[in-house]
Amino acid sequence: MQTTIALAGNPNAGKTTLFNALTGAHQHVGNYPGVTVEKKCGAFTFNDKTFNVVDLPGTYSLTAYSLEEVVARDFLAIEKPDIVVNIVDASNLERNLYLSLQLMEMGLPVCIALNMMDVAQKRGITIDIEKLSNLLGVPVIPTIARNGRKGAAELVEALYKMVDRNHKNGDVVSPIININISYGIDIDSALLDIEKIICDYSFMTDKYPTRWIALKFMENDEQIIQLAQKHGELFERVLCDKCLRDPDSCPACQQISRKCDTQLMQKVAQIVTRLTQHLQQTASTYPEAVIADQRYGYIRSLLRQGVITHHYDQNRLETSDKIDKILTHRLFGPLFMGAILYAMYYFTFNYSELPVSWVEGFFGLLASVIDNFLSDGMLKSLIVSGIIDGVGGVLGFVPLIMFMFFFIAILEDSGYLARVAFMLDRVFRIFGLHGSSVMPFIISGGIAGGCAVPGIMATRTLKSPKERLATLLTVPFMNCGAKLPIFLLLIAAFFQEHRALLMFLITITAWIGALLAAKLFRSTIIKGESTPFVMELPPYRLPTIKSVIIHTWERTWQYIKKAGTVILGISVILWAMMTFPAPPANVDNSAPETALKYSIAGRIGSSIEGITQLAGFDWRINIALLGGFAAKEVIVSTLGTAYSLSDADPKEVDTLEQRLKSESNFGPLTALSLILFTMFYAPCFVSVVCLSRESGSWKWGLFSVFFNTGFAFTLSVILYQTGSLMGF
Amino acid sequence: MRLRHRGGKMALRQMKDKERGVIIAVNATGEMGRRIRDMGLVPGAEISIQGRAPLYDPVAVRIMGFTLTLRNNEADYIMVETESDKTLQESEKEYAAA
Repeated sequence: MQTTIALAGNPNAGKTTLFNALTGAHQHVGNYPGVTVEKKCGAFTFNDKTFNVVDLPGTYSLTAYSLEEVVARDFLAIEKPDIVVNIVDASNLERNLYLSLQLMEMGLPVCIALNMMDVAQKRGITIDIEKLSNLLGVPVIPTIARNGRKGAAELVEALYKMVDRNHKNGDVVSPIININISYGIDIDSALLDIEKIICDYSFMTDKYPTRWIALKFMENDEQIIQLAQKHGELFERVLCDKCLRDPDSCPACQQISRKCDTQLMQKVAQIVTRLTQHLQQTASTYPEAVIADQRYGYIRSLLRQGVITHHYDQNRLETSDKIDKILTHRLFGPLFMGAILYAMYYFTFNYSELPVSWVEGFFGLLASVIDNFLSDGMLKSLIVSGIIDGVGGVLGFVPLIMFMFFFIAILEDSGYLARVAFMLDRVFRIFGLHGSSVMPFIISGGIAGGCAVPGIMATRTLKSPKERLATLLTVPFMNCGAKLPIFLLLIAAFFQEHRALLMFLITITAWIGALLAAKLFRSTIIKGESTPFVMELPPYRLPTIKSVIIHTWERTWQYIKKAGTVILGISVILWAMMTFPAPPANVDNSAPETALKYSIAGRIGSSIEGITQLAGFDWRINIALLGGFAAKEVIVSTLGTAYSLSDADPKEVDTLEQRLKSESNFGPLTALSLILFTMFYAPCFVSVVCLSRESGSWKWGLFSVFFNTGFAFTLSVILYQTGSLMGF
Repeated sequence: MRLRHRGGKMALRQMKDKERGVIIAVNATGEMGRRIRDMGLVPGAEISIQGRAPLYDPVAVRIMGFTLTLRNNEADYIMVETESDKTLQESEKEYAAA
């Protein structure tokens, strides 16, 4: 017998941690509002029963405000989980119960996991659990998901009992406790009227309780209103089932259905308008506001019945607020933020040096071993020049990327990233973005070393379509983990003494470019008003080692997987492009360069050399940049292949860094121009696909390819030409 | 004896740092009104100003034991009745004495 459990709760209530404790599945744990956008599944067994657990996105409410709320609501309504485990932050009971009430109003079988009991205790909050459970009419289980899975076993047992009881009751889904909050005489009577209409037209009565639908109509819920407008179609099918004719060929039914959907909406709208006018005149308010006020009023009166005791002033400053006094201070805040970011680079670069050299040494050794064992020929060339150089070049950066992700995980889990959003919102707004754009930017590589793909997906937390689109189009400018290798390579080759400083400057440049581009978009192709910035500042929490490690490892693994699959394939394809066709026998191919130039890639690279020379790029760089369209990691590996292929003595396994340094037409200026171009040109193929999907149109995907490349090329040409004129 | 100003009605934006008050009205409608209310900023809720971002915007508000941030132009929609010109620290002292 299988049971589906949905985990619902506010962001930062410990939902994901509880999910991990229940299922043992490893997944992303964050401390930033709205970090779990995707639906995540896991399973566990207890006695004879298997429980499938679905982790819903964290939401504060079940209105159709954000995509997360719609996702959570749709899942609850359509999949009808057997039990909804509502994770409630005990230290923040009042606001958390707002969601609980809405879950119960939806007629769902709710079980409350009262989480963070330890935090509540520290804040001097005592909760009478039995009373809370009795007043709400649902089981309440205290848990501390963060440390040692305390309470998880009790929760599982309670869930088991709930399911068991249901089964004994003849396999019916839980006895649902109907919670009927009174919204005052005016609204209550209007609700009853709407409920009657809903029943008459059997609108969604199979999915939601009628009272909930009526409430949503009164709240002007876009999704429900849209469904109501479409309801006629459904009605049509029901009617035609009765008259047994094809719905399209039954004019009678069509007429009835069209009539009924307009009638349904008309009747409901009439009641809502009348009520709105009445409330406007008598209390200068409107139904939606009254409903929210009453829900909070209900919670307050419930808690006042001795459920909660505050031993301290509720709004007294906690340790977290005291920390904030310094960390978001007018002067120290930004200074500290800058210092934190700089320190991250400093540690990353200084401490990852040794492991990077180990990995590089390993691949160097591998290459020379194979070099000795295999005889010269196509196979050896494929393995050494194609596979080892390509994949090795990418894997060499794994330790570095791991360090970077490690620090980001700490910042994210500790709650500091939310402060960054808070401090930077004023700045972001200037560029037509939102403080919450910080997260997609940082994930994409705002703190160098992210990836645009999850960054693009993280824009889902942004509600306003305009700010979201502007963020979507500009996050690929950030320095993702895949761009890092080329920067690091060039820095190591030409700016060895100023590594940390240059990396810092590269990051700043990416930000400036992205913000200016966003401003350009927001004042031309995507104009419009800004959306509300109502955000929670979660209390600072010491990140747990386990979650930081899971976090770091997951992201690093994604990078390695990409290297092992996509990059391997691309390395082989590019190797083939650079090897075939071989020059005819009558051409003097004593110089290997001739062979490379003769290949498909060489021909493409050479044909556009005339233009790209303006930015200082020769045909070899062109090949590498072309490869970068597929994935940015490929730039380094292709350069590696291009240079080792054209090496006069293939026996000599030279590092790419030294090779570049010894090239006469490759100087610091070329390196800077290449860094700039790599930063801003077309996003990788995967990003383009994601961007198109998230923006809902291929138009935007293609736009980013052409706009970004043009933008990057312009900047590189300006830099290179100015630099040349100045004599660098 | 110094004359104490005994509070008054004002928009949340006008509140000073550490000042406390009770929300009396939320005049925002639509999306913004919904989000503001969902987070617990409803009439009757006690709030105090925790601080402001380095550029004085957004503002951090303490409510029901957690911290919320909102922009100044959003704070304009929220009307507050301040208790008095007592700061949080002063009332904490009083509280401890009681």
